[in-house]
Amino acid sequence: MKHTISILVENNAGVLARISGLFARRGYNIHSLAVGITDNEKISRITIVAEGSDYTLEQIEKQLNKLIDVIKVRSLPADKLLARELVLVKVCCKPAERSELIDIAEITTAKISDVSPETMTLELSGNQYNIATFEELLRPYKIIEIVRTGTVAMQKGSEGLRI
Amino acid sequence: MSQRITVAEALIKCLESEGITTIFGYPGAAICPFYNKLTDSKIKHILVRHEANAGHAASGFARITGKPAVCVATSGPGATNLITAIATAYMDSIPMIAITGQVSTEQIGRDVFQEADITGATEPFVKHSYLIKDAALVPEIIKKAFYIAGSGRPGPVLLDIPYDVQLQEIDFKYPDNVEINSYRPCLEGNKLQIKRVAEAIAEAKKPLICAGGGLFTANARELVQCIAEKANIPVICTMMGISLMPSDHPLFLGMVGMHGCSAANRAISECDLLILLGARVGDRAVTAIKEREDFKVVHIDIDPAEIGKNLPVNIPVVGDLKAVLTQLSEIIRPQENADWIEQCRSCIIKNAHKDGKPRTDGVNPAVFLEELSKLLPGKCVISADVGQNQIWTANNLKLKSGRFITSGGMGTMGYSVPAAIGAKSADPDAEVIAICGDGSFQMQMMELATMVQHRINVKIIIMTNNRLGMVREVQTNNYNNRLVAIFLDGSPDFVKLAAAYGIHGEYVNNNSEAEKALENLIKSDKPYILQVKVDENEKSLL
Repeated sequence: MKHTISILVENNAGVLARISGLFARRGYNIHSLAVGITDNEKISRITIVAEGSDYTLEQIEKQLNKLIDVIKVRSLPADKLLARELVLVKVCCKPAERSELIDIAEITTAKISDVSPETMTLELSGNQYNIATFEELLRPYKIIEIVRTGTVAMQKGSEGLRI
Repeated sequence: MSQRITVAEALIKCLESEGITTIFGYPGAAICPFYNKLTDSKIKHILVRHEANAGHAASGFARITGKPAVCVATSGPGATNLITAIATAYMDSIPMIAITGQVSTEQIGRDVFQEADITGATEPFVKHSYLIKDAALVPEIIKKAFYIAGSGRPGPVLLDIPYDVQLQEIDFKYPDNVEINSYRPCLEGNKLQIKRVAEAIAEAKKPLICAGGGLFTANARELVQCIAEKANIPVICTMMGISLMPSDHPLFLGMVGMHGCSAANRAISECDLLILLGARVGDRAVTAIKEREDFKVVHIDIDPAEIGKNLPVNIPVVGDLKAVLTQLSEIIRPQENADWIEQCRSCIIKNAHKDGKPRTDGVNPAVFLEELSKLLPGKCVISADVGQNQIWTANNLKLKSGRFITSGGMGTMGYSVPAAIGAKSADPDAEVIAICGDGSFQMQMMELATMVQHRINVKIIIMTNNRLGMVREVQTNNYNNRLVAIFLDGSPDFVKLAAAYGIHGEYVNNNSEAEKALENLIKSDKPYILQVKVDENEKSLL
């Protein structure tokens, strides 16, 4: 089962290494990991999507909480999950194909971020399903490169993860 | 009022403010500014002969005082030599501050001479670590380090301090208090949960306490006995919990586990309520009950991550054992468990002196250790190494008071002598004896010099069978007796070796020679060693 875990950490040197190291040495699988500072520059927020049983999830939370730099850990409930990732896709695009790709961008609400005589780069933010569909639509054009951020997520509704 | 001093001097002042009187270490270029200022301090420095032993000595010291103890090493190999000691302390939850020198800040990451990423290398084994780049933060970081190492579930904290940072001047003021947003160990147990424990004890017909090393950490030794006596609950212990209860206490059954005694193992598989106190349900300790579903489990520990990790738990209580057990002792009521206690004890009596015969060629270790037990003064520390000697000592030493220490979690060979050096430094009045094998002694025998140089009167008993006995047993039992790489031919005569250091000692070739030799050992007011002959075929479970 996939779990989305939000972690507030002190923005200290080495904190990411401590967290990724913990996942590696205890054998927890990381699907994606995204990190950035919060409105308080001393505090960073990490979103980890991890795979494992409920027992594993409980262990992950407890072991994360033992790290001194970790302030709060919360596993986000699947039914209230607001999750997004961002993808950039550069595809081969002859001038004649441009309008097709503009159509795809419009349908999927993607943005066209860069164009060259031979290529076009599209950008989309969405949940993992939107992004999977988007990728599928672009596959017939030759994909030159693709880059995805990890998932960032918060809980829907009024509740918030703060210190 | 703050004063303008160098970081090196500030470090010494911080240690003094924390009440540190003795540190164990080994200098090198990158830590020289610290050592230079150490000479101006009253703090005693004990020069070990290998950095790992500085860590083990600090570990032994901390186990006796209950407070963080300090070891020091230089950058690179000095620091990496500390790793085993740090990992050993981590596994056994020992409060320790490890200070390492580091190459200058501007050289970090360039693979310069004696550079090692020690905060990276020790990351899995430390409670926390700091690579100090900002000199001004030193007082606050040291305060935090001591707080983290000694509070909650204790553990080692590493301070890696670059050479240039040690030389910088700062405005020094040692903070009185420190707060860490992200670190607030839960001390008070949940009242409702504690009430549920009391109810479970009242309902149980066959309750059993399993006492672990966490009880020493929490300084809750007396409380276990008090609760056991009040509610008539038999007690077993883990290896880390040996000497929590007097060996001859009528409610005490012995050590549990793969190498434990049958009375303890039978009790744990027959009880209907298991109360785990500061025990982490290690794999060697409680394998037998993993499959059991017909009993209730209470687990009281300060580390929530240990609860439910290795064993499903019915009533978890997170908190400091002293606080929780004090509350529990006030609400539990006396129980009649006479039949159950009788059932538990019958197994001890049946097993007593299973093989208690003295031997004529080589000693019977069980008899030898019982003999030692009789001669021990009340105030003593027995430090056992790892291997057959550890199991013999764990199962046969009879302690009324005093303390048993060993590397329980990590099983680090070469622990006993440096740990004994640390324990003796912490409590010079105690009789401190290290018990090791001829294998493990050869991993630590360089410390004889430390004992002599600093007049640390540790006594050493070396059980010699010219084998790595525990591995020999594994090879005999599991590898069709194909004995590989376990012969210790080439070992020296240890009594002569000790003599080369000016340490007296003698040989014990059979049980009839034991009493006199042990008397000499205890009588001596200097270091003393016994080279004890043990037959190569002796098993760890006698």
